[in-house]
Amino acid sequence: MDYRPLLNPQTIAVIGVSLTNDRHPANVIYNKIHLRYPVKVYPVNPKGGRLQRDRVYEDISRIPGKIDLAVVVARAEFVPDILQSCIQNGVGGATVISGGFAEIGRQDLQDKLVEIARAADFPFIGPNCLGIYAPNRFDTFFLPGERLVRPEAGSVAMVSQSGGVLVDQMVKFAEQGVGLSLAVSIGNKALIRELDLLEYLAADDDTRVITFYVEGFARNEGRRFVQLADRVSKPIIVLKAGKTAAGRRAVSSHTASLAGDYRVFSEVMAQHGIVEARDEYELVSFCEALSCYQTAIAGRVGIISVSGGHGALVSDVCTAHGLTLANLSEQTRRRIRGNLSPSVRPIASLANPIDLTGSALDEDFVAAASGLSSSPEVDAVILLLLPYSPGISMDLGARLSYVLRREGKPLVAYVPHQEKYRMLIEGFELNNVPVSDSIEGAVLMVEAIRRCKKC
Amino acid sequence: MLTEDMRNIVNNAREAGWILEPAAKRLLSLAGLMVPDFTLAASAQEAVAAANKIGYPVVVKVVSAKILHKSEAGGVVVGVQSDSQLSNIYEKLSALDGFAGLLVEEMLPGIELIVGAKVDFQFGPVILLGIGGTGVEIYQDTAIRMAPLSEKDVPAMIAGLKGAELLSGFRGAEPVSVPALTRLMLAFSALALDLENDIESIDLNPVKCSGARCVVADARIMLKGDDDV
Repeated sequence: MDYRPLLNPQTIAVIGVSLTNDRHPANVIYNKIHLRYPVKVYPVNPKGGRLQRDRVYEDISRIPGKIDLAVVVARAEFVPDILQSCIQNGVGGATVISGGFAEIGRQDLQDKLVEIARAADFPFIGPNCLGIYAPNRFDTFFLPGERLVRPEAGSVAMVSQSGGVLVDQMVKFAEQGVGLSLAVSIGNKALIRELDLLEYLAADDDTRVITFYVEGFARNEGRRFVQLADRVSKPIIVLKAGKTAAGRRAVSSHTASLAGDYRVFSEVMAQHGIVEARDEYELVSFCEALSCYQTAIAGRVGIISVSGGHGALVSDVCTAHGLTLANLSEQTRRRIRGNLSPSVRPIASLANPIDLTGSALDEDFVAAASGLSSSPEVDAVILLLLPYSPGISMDLGARLSYVLRREGKPLVAYVPHQEKYRMLIEGFELNNVPVSDSIEGAVLMVEAIRRCKKC
Repeated sequence: MLTEDMRNIVNNAREAGWILEPAAKRLLSLAGLMVPDFTLAASAQEAVAAANKIGYPVVVKVVSAKILHKSEAGGVVVGVQSDSQLSNIYEKLSALDGFAGLLVEEMLPGIELIVGAKVDFQFGPVILLGIGGTGVEIYQDTAIRMAPLSEKDVPAMIAGLKGAELLSGFRGAEPVSVPALTRLMLAFSALALDLENDIESIDLNPVKCSGARCVVADARIMLKGDDDV
């Protein structure tokens, strides 16, 4: 199947718009595409008529020109005929937003959609889903644009069984400056499933990191998923729900009891180099880190701070996440000290974590970051930046990112996410240095890079 | 691929729903896994004769289709030292529910591991390695991989155990032979794939592992019920 018209359409038909209710999901979708995206969109309703001075087409066959994507927002019982009509009129693919299928016991109706689509090699997403969100290109979410928190365009793709989780995750991506290449809510995943999108995204030039929110796979589908993942060179991150599935039947062997569904899932993911995020916060940190860095590292971390307390805190978190603090050689320390500013040189502590003290100036951070980046005993650098002291300028982020690019070693930063430090944060993020708003988040980013077998 | 003998062992156990220990060990032995010398004795005299052939001390175990967990039923005695002790034990165990004979086996040296297989709904056959013995579900110290295993999976699985040090010569003990364990695990992984449509799970517990060899001291093969197909 060719997913390109479906996932990268130039022309869209929204089927099921209301002529009277502006808040109907189909109208919300039509309006946002019509007003905000660089694609041509057509409203469809069998009654015809006009919607805000635009012609409503009675049927997809009446639309002049070829339609790439049909967004179907009609009642469930009409959907099989709508898909037939899409196929007859050469539509490239569909997103079936409508609910009323397997999730309420109408497996038969859902099977009918699959049968129709398979017979014609016609790709569709859903039913019972939000569909697709492609920043700056189009989206099929029935949520008004002003209500959505919209992440920027970027290199992370996310596939989610749940639309709600996807939208919530997009808020977190936006907050943390993680850019999206494509987000797909696959709902009942009747036809297009995780495996199909993994294959598509593996070949998608805009996507560098592929993430999944998975509730469960069908029989043996997990096996096919990891086998396909073995052949994908991009990092894959998975967040699994239902880790504590209750109501499992009694088991009669030790192995069956020890190898519960989630244990097996988790260990098989790790076996195949897929990074499992334990929760949504890890997922965001992992995405942010792996969209910036895809270099394999061991776990020896160098830490730069301006407060002894922060250094101690981050050391604990590093240890808890399986990272070790690098032992800095005499040579590394001497080189760093030699480049510190005269006021900081005598008072800075250069045992890892490095404490530059509250007197630190921009050039002290540059000296410490260069020293750690070029030292062979360090694999990655964590910078804890408390931007309260006057020696730190708003240009520091951009300056440090140059150091990083010269040495090629991952640098992650913790900066409190306050609006007044926005420029400092962007100085990092726009130059490909991931920034977290928590110490733990910064450590998680390094952990993600260490765990990424595909890096 | 399963040989005809192996296929017969599985088919003969269908009604019971699981393969009893002597047959399970025969199947494992046909699949290339090491099992101890054993005799299935139908009388105290046979048991004594077997023990004398193997040499004391021996392990004896009840064979009964009614007893899934032999230790819990008092059906396992290790370190049996003499003819008279063995005769007494035979009398006692022959009173157990469903008694169908007594297994007399050599005592194996080494540490106790569990090697298991399960046909997972999402991932198909998976293989488990862990610290074994009667306390497996207390320690819950296991590593799991999707079958087929590759040679490099086995050392990685060992390294993933909290008790990994127990295998590498803890406090002067002889380290476990990793090549022997690897051979056993690879043969077992192949068998689990061959039995994918027949089994629900397999416990090899314990597998006794020493510096020289890894031997399956006990095995239980649970077949798929009709409701699982």
